[in-house]
Amino acid sequence: MSITFKVNGKSTAVDVPPDMPLLWVLRDVLDLKGTKYGCGMAQCGACTVHVKGVATRSCVLPVSAVAGASITTIEGLSPDGSHPLQRAWEDLDVPQCGYCQAGQLMSAAALLAKTPKPTDADIDAAMNGNLCRCATYLRIRQAIHQAAGSPGAAAGASGSGDGRTP
Amino acid sequence: MSAKPGMARREFLRVTAVAGGGLLLGSSLRRGGVTRALAADAAAEFMPNAFIRIMPDGMVTIIAKNPEIGQGMKTTLPMIIADELDVDWASVRVEQAPLDATRFSNQWAGGSAATPINWLPMRRVGAAGRAMFLAAAAETWGVPVAECTTAGGIVSHAGSGKSLPYGDLLSKAATMPVPDLEKVALKDPKDFRIIGRPARGVDTHRIVTGTPLYGIDVTVPGMLYAVFDKAPVFAATVQSANLEAVKALPGIKQAFIIEGGTVFNGLVSGVAILADTWWAARKAREQLQVVWHASPTEEQSSAGFARRAAELSKQAPQRSLRNDGNVTAGLAGAARVVTAEYSYPFIAHAPLEPQNCTARVSGGKVEIWAPTQTPDDGQGLVSKALDVPLADITVHITRSGGGFGRRLNNDYMVEAAAIARKAEVPVKLLWTREDDMRHDFYRPAGFHHFTGGVDAAGKVVAWRNHFVSFGNGERFAPSAGLGATEFPQRFVPNYALDASMMPLGVPTGPLRAPTSNGVAFAVQSFLDELAQAAGKDPLQFRLDLLAAGTPGEGLNAARMRGVLELVAEKSGWAARRPPRGTGMGIAFHYSHRGHFAEVVQATVTRQGAVKVDKVWVAGDIGSEIINPLNAENQVQGAVLDGIAEALGQEITIEKGRTVESNFHQFPLLRLVQAPPVEVHFRKTDFPPTGLGEPALPPVIPALCAAIFAATGKRIRSLPIKKHDLTWS
Repeated sequence: MSITFKVNGKSTAVDVPPDMPLLWVLRDVLDLKGTKYGCGMAQCGACTVHVKGVATRSCVLPVSAVAGASITTIEGLSPDGSHPLQRAWEDLDVPQCGYCQAGQLMSAAALLAKTPKPTDADIDAAMNGNLCRCATYLRIRQAIHQAAGSPGAAAGASGSGDGRTP
Repeated sequence: MSAKPGMARREFLRVTAVAGGGLLLGSSLRRGGVTRALAADAAAEFMPNAFIRIMPDGMVTIIAKNPEIGQGMKTTLPMIIADELDVDWASVRVEQAPLDATRFSNQWAGGSAATPINWLPMRRVGAAGRAMFLAAAAETWGVPVAECTTAGGIVSHAGSGKSLPYGDLLSKAATMPVPDLEKVALKDPKDFRIIGRPARGVDTHRIVTGTPLYGIDVTVPGMLYAVFDKAPVFAATVQSANLEAVKALPGIKQAFIIEGGTVFNGLVSGVAILADTWWAARKAREQLQVVWHASPTEEQSSAGFARRAAELSKQAPQRSLRNDGNVTAGLAGAARVVTAEYSYPFIAHAPLEPQNCTARVSGGKVEIWAPTQTPDDGQGLVSKALDVPLADITVHITRSGGGFGRRLNNDYMVEAAAIARKAEVPVKLLWTREDDMRHDFYRPAGFHHFTGGVDAAGKVVAWRNHFVSFGNGERFAPSAGLGATEFPQRFVPNYALDASMMPLGVPTGPLRAPTSNGVAFAVQSFLDELAQAAGKDPLQFRLDLLAAGTPGEGLNAARMRGVLELVAEKSGWAARRPPRGTGMGIAFHYSHRGHFAEVVQATVTRQGAVKVDKVWVAGDIGSEIINPLNAENQVQGAVLDGIAEALGQEITIEKGRTVESNFHQFPLLRLVQAPPVEVHFRKTDFPPTGLGEPALPPVIPALCAAIFAATGKRIRSLPIKKHDLTWS
């Protein structure tokens, strides 16, 4: 049975079992490898994409549930990596291993779309479902503030000493 | 971590012209140290360990030889070369090398070892390249080399005002005498332009744009996706499986049994299911029914180990690892004697990218794509299991979605290779998170039984630790041993370290700061108990202890006192007056050549909930912080990792198998739990050393000490979540 939806602005039809999670449709059928598998039970957030603009864990979402919907993945967050969050992530050099960061960025982008100037509490609420095994959380928080131009960016989440950011 | 050969060989430089008018520079290591004419050396005798390619347009390509697992070496090692070569960092591109023992050495990631191993070799190869461009320019202009200078990939002669970019000197440079790498002039560190300045990761842009980089992202034409079902009891073998029923399920192409041995880090038995999509294979696995042979370890359990450790602690130790002075007499003469038992559980690595490997076996050749910390070990394992010569096995090193020591073992690589050979098609094996958590090489549990004595002046006069761990009676299980010089050996006149072992049917291995991540908690926490018995401040007690030692290998008392004093100053230790329910703790640990001291401030609610308020870190990793931007990230990550381990992580063994299966049962730290981590480095005149690991161990005892200061309750076993910390 063919299921039709939009991915990164492009209309797409796939012929897969309806219970196949969106994550595996994206990765193995549509060859969009940016969205990652981490846990398969919506515990880690590595698979976060936007479904109708809402941050959603694609590893537990049957593809049948997105029929007709519009989906954005990390590959579609911006055409060239110029989304303010991507720029802030690069500027602060947030990643270590980097595996979770696509999911982190998608959660953060959904937050800023709704709350352009988030407080720390807003960030806590929006980002707590995204695990980073390398624990780059201090820079993630700082990068969101920086991208949003919200208070907290200047202070620097880390209060670092010699290991300062540029 | 594993000791590797290769550091004692003599280095020299190789220079090769490349297509397009470029120049290739490689530092090489020759076995035996006999100097001969370059041309006379057979290729097999050369082990070049770095490559630089410079093209006429001035672009410099530096080959990153080591696996990148998040520790930043793909950026750091090229920075070292580029600085000595004296080119602009902006003109440098970095390429990942495949495994190639004929061209590179020490292609592995572990033990925070890349910086100390590569610091001088990388500097030398860069400096030699620079020397050749200097010589080429001097000869072109007919001026003395000493009058020429370099900067940003350009040679200049001040007297004549002439200058030439490296790209214009390539053909001339290739004809210059090749410098002796061990004599080539290195920069004065004050002239470093790249080392010591923040540099972003070379893959950061690709990461934030979702570009395929990781093992899990690899695809090969015609490949099938595989899952591999192994026994819940480690290395138990398959008796039978309902393969025909599984093969009839939607999308399933093949299902078969892999025969295997009982060596944990080799090829073990299991059932492979192959399908067009990974989801189909993973779903069919739900219908798989396997009968496993009985295993001699299927009655082992964490609770059983704890009971047995308690029994062993009351018996004479099986082995003495160290015995200095006379502990019995020392304790008899002590003013105060303290005894305490400390323990910590098995824990998992849980890198966020589950284990995976893509393999193609065709025409007697094997091709592997894998996230691995030890591609050479993996190649050896595949060679042995498939009986294929090393030369016929190609290993492509992908970026790893975390390592933490898990990918020092290549069990998933040999599985993929064995499955691909049997399937006769390329195969992408991907483990589920549950596979990953239940088939790890865990940080082993440990049980420490301390007796310590302090004299009337508060000095530690005797220390005994009966360490109960795992092994076969002769040898400790991997990462389950302690060394004879474990701290505070050298610092206590009467010191004994004894050990007893229990047999173990659970795979163990190095986890970030192996052994240190457990023993630092036990030793530093017990030090706090002795400080309390002595009526001394925990900081002063430690400074006094460090002052009482004798010199020796490893921990350097002056360096450790330096970081203790620095972290005390930065955290306001002396002036601390926290409110009730809030406390500060301090601890230090030496590991992986790094000296680290840390202070934690934590608050415990009356209901017993722990919140870490802030962490201060002081580290001494020598004379240079090569990439401060990455260094801060590594230290903050290590500290937060340690907090996660301490607060909530535990792998439980029941009936010979792992109980926990996913992150809901094995909590990683979450964003709301991450306190500010203030990082300070104390630069000293020692060669630079690594940062992946040594910042982790001290935070665990410092956190436990902070909880004691806040509540009066000692944490003598991990994880902290199992303790009742309510107070009134």
